[in-house]
Amino acid sequence: MVEFALPKNSRVMVGKTWPKPEGAKNLRAFKIYRYDPDSGQNPRLDTYWVDMDSCGPMVLDALIKIKNEIDPTLTFRRSCREGICGSCAMNIDGINTLACIYGLDEIEGEVKIYPLPHMPVVKDLVPDLTHFYAQHAAIMPWLETYTTPPEKEWRQSIEDRKKLDGLYECVMCASCSTSCPSYWWNGDRYMGPAALLHAYRWLVDSRDEAKQERLDFLEDPFRLYRCHTIMNCTRTCPKGLNPAKAIAEIKKMMVERVV
Amino acid sequence: MADVNRGNRPLSPHLQIYRPQLNSAMSIFHRITGVGMTLAAALIVWWLFAAASGPEAFAAADAVLTSWIGLLILFGSTWALVYHFGTGLRHLWMDMGYGYDIKLNDLIGQIILVASGVLTLLIWFLAL
Repeated sequence: MVEFALPKNSRVMVGKTWPKPEGAKNLRAFKIYRYDPDSGQNPRLDTYWVDMDSCGPMVLDALIKIKNEIDPTLTFRRSCREGICGSCAMNIDGINTLACIYGLDEIEGEVKIYPLPHMPVVKDLVPDLTHFYAQHAAIMPWLETYTTPPEKEWRQSIEDRKKLDGLYECVMCASCSTSCPSYWWNGDRYMGPAALLHAYRWLVDSRDEAKQERLDFLEDPFRLYRCHTIMNCTRTCPKGLNPAKAIAEIKKMMVERVV
Repeated sequence: MADVNRGNRPLSPHLQIYRPQLNSAMSIFHRITGVGMTLAAALIVWWLFAAASGPEAFAAADAVLTSWIGLLILFGSTWALVYHFGTGLRHLWMDMGYGYDIKLNDLIGQIILVASGVLTLLIWFLAL
């Protein structure tokens, strides 16, 4: 359902301004979404001041610095710090990206950080991705075969392997799905760009033998066809992939199998 | 499916905070102009009905439609028609699997915006 306004319990209140670090000359303001499930209060937007002379270049460096030096209760997911685990996906300066590979120099003025949009918030910058992962599981993200397995391995030509480039690199960070207005309004039934990109990754795999079953599952007004080629997914992907193009290729497969 | 909102969790901000994008704006205005044009079509039908029913009715309808606000609505409808035609072609092209490179997509969007403005002015220049 399209709902432009946030529910009552989700409206963001004015938060606290944390004290500036002493003796720092090069200060930068960070406005960060905070939600404490134990407080019983609405989410709020806190302001932090970070000394940029002693801060690393990436947004994640600043978040870790805030957690270490100003406010240890600030909660966010992070792991690899090099854009391969997909944990630190969040909305930075109005777009979804990975905090670890988004440079602070790419942002003008104060840095605004929110959790991934239109998701249930567990705490601060941590959204609940349960439904997102369930959708990924639903597209059968594995090689499905019916013929007897070969003695050593399933072979694939170099040309066929090339078809998986631009697809296998997806780290499931959920930036694309949570940037998509169609996913915001119909995320309960629309699979979203990330799950569909993975669906295409297996549909186009020359070794997979369940193409028809995969297409049958996706042939649905919501699961696949809620994609209206808005293209927010492609613009926001921190790995530079093209989920919108993958979805378009699935739609073409749907047409090809009936004509 | 999984229980998505265990324990009254807040919904994170979405439209309120997401940076406006040319691609998404082109998409939503395609819809808005589509709906807007059905309203404009009703006005044109009213004008034709009035013309068929007699001179007094036509004079009344014509007065409304050629007043400054009527002309403004008609001008906007002309733009909506040209814009919707342009973005319609864009969507057809994308449904065939082209134009998914984000830079190319932006360029097409900019071309449609400029072309729809120029064509609307041209139509009105020729009509008046």
